[in-house]
Formats: sequence, C-alpha cells, structure tokens
Amino acid sequence: MIETDGLTKHFDDFVAVSDVSLSVNPGQVLALLGPNGAGKTTTVRMLSAILRPTAGGARVAGYDVVRQPDAVRTAVGLLTEHHGLYLRMRAREYLDFYGELYGLDKDARQKRAEQLMERFGLGADMERRLGEFSKGMRQKLALVRAMLHDPEVLLLDEPTSAMDPQSAKLVRDAIAGLRGGGRTVIICTHNLPEAEMLADRIAIIRRGQVVAEGTPLELKSRLLGPPLLEMRLAGELDGLVDDIADLVQVESCGYDWVRFRVEDPGKTNPLLLQQLSAQGVGVVTLSEVPQSLEQVYLRVVEAGPDGEPLDA
Amino acid sequence: MATIQTSITSVRRNLDRALIVTRREVRDMFRDWRIIVPIIILTLVFPPLMNITAGSAVRFAERYGAPIIAERMFPFMLMVVGFFPISISLVIALETFVGEKERRSLEPLLSTPLTNLQLYIGKTLAATLPPLVGSYLGIGVYLFSLYLNVGWTPPLNLLVLLIVLTTVQALVMVAGAVVVSSQTTSVRAANLLASFILIPMALLVQAEALIMFWARYHILWVIVVGLVAANTLLVRMGVRIFNREELLGREIDELNIWRSVKLWWRYVKQSRPAAETTTRAGVLGSLWGWYRREVLGALRQTRVPALVVLLALAGAVALGIQQASVWPIPPEVFASEGYFEHFETLLEVIGLQGARGVSLILWQNLRVLVLASSFAIISFGVMAIIVAMLPLVIIGYLGANLFANGVSLSLFWAAVLPHAVLELPAIVLATAAALRVGTSVVAPLGGRTVGENWLLAMADLFKLWVGIVLPLLVGAAILEVFVTPRVVLALLGT
Repeated sequence: MIETDGLTKHFDDFVAVSDVSLSVNPGQVLALLGPNGAGKTTTVRMLSAILRPTAGGARVAGYDVVRQPDAVRTAVGLLTEHHGLYLRMRAREYLDFYGELYGLDKDARQKRAEQLMERFGLGADMERRLGEFSKGMRQKLALVRAMLHDPEVLLLDEPTSAMDPQSAKLVRDAIAGLRGGGRTVIICTHNLPEAEMLADRIAIIRRGQVVAEGTPLELKSRLLGPPLLEMRLAGELDGLVDDIADLVQVESCGYDWVRFRVEDPGKTNPLLLQQLSAQGVGVVTLSEVPQSLEQVYLRVVEAGPDGEPLDA
Repeated sequence: MATIQTSITSVRRNLDRALIVTRREVRDMFRDWRIIVPIIILTLVFPPLMNITAGSAVRFAERYGAPIIAERMFPFMLMVVGFFPISISLVIALETFVGEKERRSLEPLLSTPLTNLQLYIGKTLAATLPPLVGSYLGIGVYLFSLYLNVGWTPPLNLLVLLIVLTTVQALVMVAGAVVVSSQTTSVRAANLLASFILIPMALLVQAEALIMFWARYHILWVIVVGLVAANTLLVRMGVRIFNREELLGREIDELNIWRSVKLWWRYVKQSRPAAETTTRAGVLGSLWGWYRREVLGALRQTRVPALVVLLALAGAVALGIQQASVWPIPPEVFASEGYFEHFETLLEVIGLQGARGVSLILWQNLRVLVLASSFAIISFGVMAIIVAMLPLVIIGYLGANLFANGVSLSLFWAAVLPHAVLELPAIVLATAAALRVGTSVVAPLGGRTVGENWLLAMADLFKLWVGIVLPLLVGAAILEVFVTPRVVLALLGT
C-alpha cells in the first residue's frame, strides 16, 4: 500500500514536487505519467526513502518514509532509471550480493535468483559477466534485482525500456502477476499503450503537481468527453444529420458516415437505430471510436497558459 | 548490562552489513589490473629495490667513517616501503562514492536497507584493507631481504611504531579521501581536491623522515596520537555529513558566492525564532531586539566551546609555568635595581600612550584573533585554540620566572589584570566562536547542509565580534593604555 499526503520536494529554490497526494492499494498498479522533468523520478525516490520530502509525508507498505526509511527500503523493490550494474561481476554473484543486502539467506537468494532469471529468459547467462549483456538483458537483470527479495511494493522506472517485444511481454505479464499476488506497483513510463494495458489507475504529473488522476476510463470521460461513435450508412447521409441532432451530438460527418457523441450509448443507440430503420436508412456499422490514453495525456500536458488542463 | 549487550549486538550487525559491501568492493578491485599491478610492484619489487638502495648508501657512507647512517637509513627505508603502497588507497578511496555515482550504480545501492553508517564503513574498509595488506607485505619482504643481506633486524618497539604509524596514516588518507568522494560530483573534482590530503601527508612524511634520521622516535608516537585524533574527526565528519540526497541529486559543483553571501546575511539578520515582540519601537527598538535575540543567542550557543577554550588557556598557563622550570630566565636579568624605574619612559618609547597606543594595542589584538579565526576554518578549530594559547604560555612562563626570582607578583598582576578583565573574555569568545566555525563541518546540525551550517557559524562569529568582542577589545585597549600603567606606577610608588 502506498499513501502520500502533500508530498513536496524542494531543491534549493527549485520546486521539484509539490503537494502530491496519491493512494495505491495492494493489488493495484498505478502508472505515473508526465513530461521529462515533471517530477516522476523525484516522487519515486521519495517513496523509496532515498530522498527526504521537504514537506508532507508518505507511507509505503505501512512504514513512514521519513521516520522508518530502512524499513521502507526493505519493503520496496526499485527499478531505477539507469540500471546501474557492476559490469565486472557475473550475474550470479551480482544477484547474490543484492540478495544478501536485502537479508535473504544464501539458499533463498540463489533459488530466487535462478527462478527469476529463468522467468525472464536469462537462465543460461548466470555465469556471464554483466559487461557482456546487451542493453535489454541488463534491463531485465535490473528488474530481477528489484524483484529478488519479493517486495510488497515495486517502483519501476521504464520497466520495458530497450526490450524486444517478446521480453516486453514477459515483463508485462510479470507485472500483471504481481497485481494478482497483492503487490502494489507504480510504473513510470512513456509507453502509453503499455500504461493503459497494465494500470488500474493513472496519475499525470506536470511541473511537480498531479494534474489528473483516475482510472483510464474516468480520465477519458472527464478529459475527452462522452464516448465518440461512428456510424457508416449504406447510402449517402442526405440531411440525416439534422434528423438525428436531437438525439446525439454530431462531431463530424462525411459522405456516408457520421461521428457523434452520446452520453448514454446503451440508452440512445437503440433509439437511434429504431429511428433510422423507420426512415428506411441502412446502417452498415455502428462502433465506438477508440479514445486513447495518448489523447488524454496530450490534452493534460498541453494545457492553457493558466496551467489548467483543457477539460472536454 | 543489557545496554552494553544491545550496543555490542548493534556494532556487530553494522559491521556484518558493512562487510557485505567491503567484500564486493575488494573482489571487484582485484579484477582491475590497474589496481593489482601497482600493489604487486610496490609490495614485491619496490622493497628489494629499497634494500639495494639502502645497502649502497650505507656502504658509501661507511667508506667515509659514518656507520651511524646505517642505523638511521634502514628504519627510514622501512617507513618508506610501508608508506608507498598505502598511497594507492587514496586513489581507491577518492572514487569510492563519486565513481559509483558517475557509473550510475549508486542509486540501486542507496535504495537497499543499508544505513548511511554501514555503507560508509563498508566502503572505507574496502579502500583501506588491500593497500594496508600490501603495505604490511612490503614491510615483511623488505625486512626479510634486509636480514638475508646484512643481518639487520629492527628493535621490536621500532617495528611496532612503524606498523602503527603506517596504519594510522592509511586510515587518515582514506578517511579524508572518502569525505571528498562523498561530497564532490565527479571523479575529476575529487582528484583535484586530493591535493588537500596529499600535500599535508607529504609534508608530514618529510617531517617523519627528519625525525627518523634524528632518532627521536618518541616524537613519532606524538604524531601517531595526532593522526588518530584526526582520523576520528574525519570519520565522524564523514558519517555526519554523508547525505544520500546530495550524493544522488547534485550534478554540478557550484560555488554560488552571491547566494552564500545572501544566506549568510539572512542568518546574521535572523537565525533564531523571535520569541517575543520588542516593547521598544523604532530603529533602536529593533536593534535591541536583534541584539537580544541574535547576539545573546549566539553567546548562549558558544558556552561549551568557551568552556573548552578556557580549559585550554588554563592549560597554556600551566605549560608556561612548567616550562619556566625547564628553561629559566637567568637571575641576572632580574638582579638590576630600579627595574621599573623607567617604566613610563619605556611606554613612551614603544608608543603605548594616548590614542596611538590604543590603536596599536587594538590592531595587535585584532590581528591575532582574526588570524586565529582564519586558521580555525582549515584546522577544525584547533589552530584557533593554539594561537590563543601562545600568549598565555608566555604569561605563565614570565609570571613563574618573576616569582622564582623574588619579584613581587602584585606588580605582575597589576600589569596584566586591569585590561585582562576585558581582554581575556574577548579572546575566549572570539576563539570559541572560531572553534564553532571549525567544528561546524564535523557535526552539522540536523536538517542543514554542511555549507549552511558553516554559514550559520560564520554569522554567529560576526554577531559575537560586532556585539561583544570588538567593544571588549576597544575597552581593553583603552584600559591598557590609560589605566594599567597608572596602576603599575601607583604600586611602584611613583
């Protein structure tokens, strides 16, 4: 469980993070999105008790990040922005070192290291020096390091960065599995489709402040408006737009198609189809136009001069 | 009993966890040929070379009838052989934190449950042990080859002394280098700052060489004690100022002088909470409020350093008295009658009369105290105390000599006390404030960086000088010119 309350961080005169209040329950995945320099890494470092907040507080796995930093660091697995491996070490001894730091006994850390390396396709590379690993392999090893001590909370910065599609899927499946195991996960990522796929909740940070937070569906509804539907007809529109204007909010139309928004598709769509059928208008397809997280994100970060996101 | 047990358990746990880091670092070190090759050369090749050099030098000196050179050369070479491998420890220690930061491997380490102390000790041990082991091996190789060649073995106490000296020198160099490494943002900056460690150590080794040739080995034990104290200070300082945030967050070594000046001025204006509003209005009211809050507040915080200084000054007087019995002034100096007959003329000749005399005395006192305060900054405050002690050693020495030669002590006190009533508190306060500045980097207050703590101590130094020390020194100078001579003359009956 992660709870932050007014978390703030100043570096001299620069405000890196300001008044961030978040809550992530066990078994939930929160995706922390934001432009470069928004404060994501600083927030993660405060949650992993590396940096001390200037104001506010946070509790991670039940421990206070200020008063119980050692306990927080024991309960957290951190995948850092840079993998930070010791390139002269072999994979086995590297994981053995970190396992020992996290308090695992020799058998437990060996077994756990082998299990995780197998899971991420690195089982055959235990005796290789880390300097010989490719970029993607190093990233996977860093993820193994973060998961080695089976932490309650995982803070993952760009977990699938530099990975091939197959490895990325392995990692995503692993993260989804963590959710099932009651772990709390925060991922920082610029891969919006991945965030949408994995996250139960999204928080968008801009200039150190959380400017939008909610489930992907809530954010889309709040920031992009009601669902956008597209209807394709068998023939041309021929003034149909005026006929249906009292039922739906028309956004755009073409020769034989129209896009419209409707608050309650479940209620309105059947009425619309009935009306069109009564008029003898043939409907080829009626489907929802996918609204992506990218649209939400861009709407939030490309806010007006007063800093407020441009709501739908 | 339970407390002792808990402490022992805590120390063992900290050491166990620190050794996890040490083991990894040492193993990693031995994979780097750039570290292994110099250690091997300095351990296995250098000692026999020194042996050959020493042997050649001794044979050359003996040809001209100077066998004493052999007695002094071998121990000296033993010290050199022990010192050279530990110079590598400086290189390892300098990059121990900042090197990991540059290689981006520091953050994962900082995110583990290791405490600051465990991490610090672990890395310090890793930087110290291999070069130290190399040093001991080098000493062993040198002694073995020396025994084989010329049958020379050192006396046991000398061997113990040199091993202890080598060890504490390594510890001091490593402790200093680790402090530098944890406070800089690049290996390049750390290497540049290493001069502040190398130069004093080089000078010290030269002084030790002179002592070795002079065969005053007991002085080396004094140096050992001084180095142990320096090491304790450096390790304490290193652990206290170790800051994960600065280590990780700071990318540029920036010296923003204007910002520092602004912060210092802010601390001068207010560094303590305003407990109550002053009842007096206007400029005078706010000045008095500032004085009460800031100057008297700084005075309260200087109590403990002032006590330390007082004890040191008392020790200085005692030392002066003790030295009077070792180096007495010849009695003939006190034998001439009418010793104080020309006292007033003497004052006139020296220029200690009137306003000129006041300014001379004030200038002299200011010069000494400003110098002491400046030295304090680079010596953890130690030099400030030493500079303040010197005149009191002289006073103790003179007073003891006067007493031993039957001169009335009341004259001595008459010549010292009237202005000392103001001058001594000024010296104590100025020195205590300088001591606080010097020690501010060793034990920074919680929540502040080293720089902020230092600026706060400097601000308090300024307040004490402006508010108390300067007025006291001016008053003491006036007393010393206009009152003290009159008291002396009154006692002389003139």
